Amino acid sequence: MDILLKSEFWFAVIRSTTPVLFATLAANLASKSGVINIAIEGTMLIAALVGVIASAFTNSLLLGLFFGLLSGVLVTLALSYFSLKLKSNIIITAIAINLAATGGTVFALYTITGDKSVSAVLKSAVFPTVNIPIIRDIPFIGSTLSGHNLLTYVALISVAVIYILLYKTPLGTRIRAVGESEAAAESVGININKTKTIALVLSGMLSALGGMFLSMGYLSMFTAGMTSGRGFVALATDAMSGSNPIGGLLSSLIYGFSDSLANYLQNTAVPLQFIQAFPYVFIVIMFTVFSYVNKRKNKVEDNI
Amino acid sequence: MANILEVKDLTKIYPGGILANYNINCSIKKGEIHALVGENGSGKTTLMKMLFGIEEITSGEIYYKGEKTAFKSSKDAIKLGIGMVHQHFMLVPSLTVAENLTLGIEKKKGIFTDIKGCIKAAEDISNKYNLKIDSHKRVRDVSVSMKQKLEILKALYRGAELLILDEPTAVLTPQETEELFEQLLSLKKLGHTIIFISHKLDEVKHLCDRLTVLKSGKCMGSYNVDELSREEISKLMIGRDVKLKFDKEDVKPTKNILEIKNLTYTDKFNIKKLDNLSFNLKNGEVLGIAGIEGNGQSEVVSIITGLINAEFGEVLFKNQDISKISIDKRRKLGISHVPEDRMMHGCAEGLTVSDNLISNVYKQFTNKVKLLDFNRINDYCLKLVKKYDIRCSSPKQTIKGLSGGNIQKAVVAREFSVDTEVIIINQPTRGVDVGAMEFINDKILNMRRLGRSILLVSANLTELIGLSDRIIVLNKGKVVGHIKDIKKVTEEELGLYMLGIKRDIEDQLKEA
Amino acid sequence: MLKSAWNKLDYYSLVRVTVAVLCAFALASCIIFIFSNTPVAAISKLLLGPLQSKRNFFVVIQTMIPLIFTGLAINIMFKSGLFNIAADGSFYIGAVIAAFIGIKIQLPNIIHQIVIIFVAALIGGLITSIPAIIREKTGAHEFVTSMMLNAVFFFMGIYVVNTYLLDKTAGYASVRFNETASLGNMINGTQIHYGFLIMIIVLIVIYVVIEKTKLGYEIKLVGSNKNFARYSGIKIGRTIIVSQLIGGIVAGIGGAVEMIGMYKRFTWNSPVTYVWDGILIYLLASSKPIFIPLAAFFISYIRVGADIMSRATHVDNSIVAIIQAVIILLVSAERFMYNLKKKKEEKQALLAQQSIEMTAN
Repeated sequence: MDILLKSEFWFAVIRSTTPVLFATLAANLASKSGVINIAIEGTMLIAALVGVIASAFTNSLLLGLFFGLLSGVLVTLALSYFSLKLKSNIIITAIAINLAATGGTVFALYTITGDKSVSAVLKSAVFPTVNIPIIRDIPFIGSTLSGHNLLTYVALISVAVIYILLYKTPLGTRIRAVGESEAAAESVGININKTKTIALVLSGMLSALGGMFLSMGYLSMFTAGMTSGRGFVALATDAMSGSNPIGGLLSSLIYGFSDSLANYLQNTAVPLQFIQAFPYVFIVIMFTVFSYVNKRKNKVEDNI
Repeated sequence: MANILEVKDLTKIYPGGILANYNINCSIKKGEIHALVGENGSGKTTLMKMLFGIEEITSGEIYYKGEKTAFKSSKDAIKLGIGMVHQHFMLVPSLTVAENLTLGIEKKKGIFTDIKGCIKAAEDISNKYNLKIDSHKRVRDVSVSMKQKLEILKALYRGAELLILDEPTAVLTPQETEELFEQLLSLKKLGHTIIFISHKLDEVKHLCDRLTVLKSGKCMGSYNVDELSREEISKLMIGRDVKLKFDKEDVKPTKNILEIKNLTYTDKFNIKKLDNLSFNLKNGEVLGIAGIEGNGQSEVVSIITGLINAEFGEVLFKNQDISKISIDKRRKLGISHVPEDRMMHGCAEGLTVSDNLISNVYKQFTNKVKLLDFNRINDYCLKLVKKYDIRCSSPKQTIKGLSGGNIQKAVVAREFSVDTEVIIINQPTRGVDVGAMEFINDKILNMRRLGRSILLVSANLTELIGLSDRIIVLNKGKVVGHIKDIKKVTEEELGLYMLGIKRDIEDQLKEA
Repeated sequence: MLKSAWNKLDYYSLVRVTVAVLCAFALASCIIFIFSNTPVAAISKLLLGPLQSKRNFFVVIQTMIPLIFTGLAINIMFKSGLFNIAADGSFYIGAVIAAFIGIKIQLPNIIHQIVIIFVAALIGGLITSIPAIIREKTGAHEFVTSMMLNAVFFFMGIYVVNTYLLDKTAGYASVRFNETASLGNMINGTQIHYGFLIMIIVLIVIYVVIEKTKLGYEIKLVGSNKNFARYSGIKIGRTIIVSQLIGGIVAGIGGAVEMIGMYKRFTWNSPVTYVWDGILIYLLASSKPIFIPLAAFFISYIRVGADIMSRATHVDNSIVAIIQAVIILLVSAERFMYNLKKKKEEKQALLAQQSIEMTAN
């Protein structure tokens, strides 16, 4: 297991963590406001494509970023509208959004590029990698922490930003109040739906960043289905972190670790599929354990 | 003294046609402590909700400081200076006391919350009104009494001049109650007006200047507290002019069919709901249980039917201890149950009337190949629909589309149509129209005629007295009254027991 | 008055679904008009393509088969109140088992297929029970666990195929199945296999279970109001787990049937996604299982229509997903077309109010 001593490994861990971290923070925000956002997967996928297309057609990374974020916002506004205003079941609404994302992205991809699986034809923009001065020269730490894509650093900074938002600003206090006790929030005149929508929109923007990292950072193109379930993994990491951003960072790192480990194990005798399944097995076990611990803590009488 | 609040001809009809408040007229003087009394179902909660803007007015007017109000939400009421302290606290457990106090109107430093500022605001207002709170602690770690002080301060912080307190002493110890009263009196000295909703008449007598009595949604008048004795107040609260006459022959019970022995139960808020409670249900009789809501009736029923377990005590059915066996087995032994909350426990609103009618007998309706025999089921349901006058287009109609009264008739039909020896009935006619009410009462007497033993819990004392052979009254989880001679008892007398004003001697209670 | 009210209520649901479907098609048509040079041709292929030849129509029928299996599975599983989507895992593993037994084990005709289906059913049932048991014991939500487990079972299935069944000369596929591991051709000139009959049998069995057995009634009750079910003496945990078990059995059979009915080798190198169709079918047919075949037919029809459209024009068949998503969104939104219902409810309330006022006075 000397792979654990190599800085390339830990670099890969941080890189693997990035999209899941965005997704986890998105889930954290939504959960704190009392909404379960299962559409993170679809949002990421849509933003990944929109960012690529927009940046290719406008030849501008910034505009690609803008439209990608906008798409994330619009998707979650739809989620909010259908589940809060039209009183639809939020899980079903999210399933519909994810379905539309899967089909819609392929449809758009094919219609625009003529290719159903990759957007290679398009000259889309890529977020730059950043070499942090001074840090990059420190042995081991330098090669682990420096040289990542810009969005990776954005993700890490977002942990702090979201934490501060939730715990140090009035908006954050209101989001938490709405999520914990709607009655209390209402009794002081807070608009429940408006607060939840704000939280969801922020959640959508984080999801969009996660998606764009995949297609404009990790890879430099969009491939069909590239989110590969990361949006759903986020549901587990969110639950495991108690919807706290710092916990979210830790649980995302756990996923990133298991994912990178799986990649490196490919050179060993362990069968490929076991490796591919490993992160999911790991997450399921952790999710189950944390749910059990939570259940004991709250002394919930009846699960089902 | 001027009136700070005036209510004119206020009426509230809930969807479904439930008349909660009817032509209420009353006025609250500025600077007084005014009690609002009435038994459960009298309309106090509804009136209060309209005063605070949570419920829409059907007709009538509310005048605050002489101006007509048009509340769209509680925010409007808060703006005018009306504050409410709810019976069930509206606080966010994981936030601190200071954060809860300033929720929605937080002190800011740029885009950040000025935490120090919020704490200071909390300490300032705490000192101003001498209501001690710990600004730093999280609400979930704070005592009930401090939570209540926080709720009061929340209202005062938002500029409330008129405070409405809903059953504030329900969760307090006697010492905490005394402390609360001192604080309310000092608030009064500072010029605040307080509406004190309660049914604890000694507290009303102790603390309040005037009181208004509500009964069956109507206002029975406002009086100076000094003018009336507790008995007189009780009489205004509880008592009908019309006495319903029920034709019943006397029963001659021979044995105990259900024995409740020394039941003790503490709920999750650490309040003792049942305190060494004992009574018996004899065969063939209707035993009525009276009491103000929250004095243990719900818990007793839940324990007998198997939904919760007592901490201590036994429930004996025909000399067999059933306190540990499953709900299914209890039903099989012969106990039926008409639950208090029909939508939560009594029916599945998305399913058909037919589905709801067979939930206790479906296992018997199987044919030779062990499948449900829908011919027999349909016959059975049609029979019940007819017999119990359940107004629906057909048994295949979704039960949600029926009126409250008809849903209740369906629940009653289902529970009465099995041949069980004991039927537990909890609030059989709550939220039900007059026609259905009479029908259900008639069916209850029918069951009695057939020899069933019935435990009847009801807040409707007319119904209770009319249907029961004996009545026990619960107060604070104990039996405080045992009425053996039904023909002589009046609702007013029951009210005295229910309000804790009168209490039987131990020997009489032992016979319950 | 109440009789006509009831009629209007059912009519109301039917109208809602129809409007939802029309809206979805309207949106799809708009998209097609924007992106296609031959929009009319495209739309006509989408809507009428499956009817244009006998072969096309039978493709609809054969595509319908796995949809009905999954639709039945999801229906019985969601009916109990659980959002368990492990049916895809059961379906995929069912297919893997079919391939494995089809290749590695020699058995006479009929027996071979029966064994395949039986084992697939068994394992399929066990797979879907896992999230339910986890939920019962730990409170972990079944949507998340079942989704993760689907991925795990997919990888395990691929592993089995790669390790034991791979045909190293035929690219990515397994070795051919034994002759006896196949569901023969039922209708000449089409690919419709005897799996169709199996589907009919399973459909009838599950319909009977849901509508006519004590268990079906208990599942319905538990899914509708758990408190009421508990108060009626029903064992909630047991009922839910049995419902998940049955769903998994159906999904496992579906996977096996699809594999030995439609294929001669195992070629599924990506996970199946039938549960989303199953959920749409559930929304369209939830309270009346008799509509499951109809809903499955509808989905199959537009799928095939979209395929035909994408081959004839340049409009990609992935537009079907958008149509399905819009229908799901609109049908599940309670307030969609609520005004129709609201006006009727207000009228009834007014009548009731007036009668109360008369008694109050």
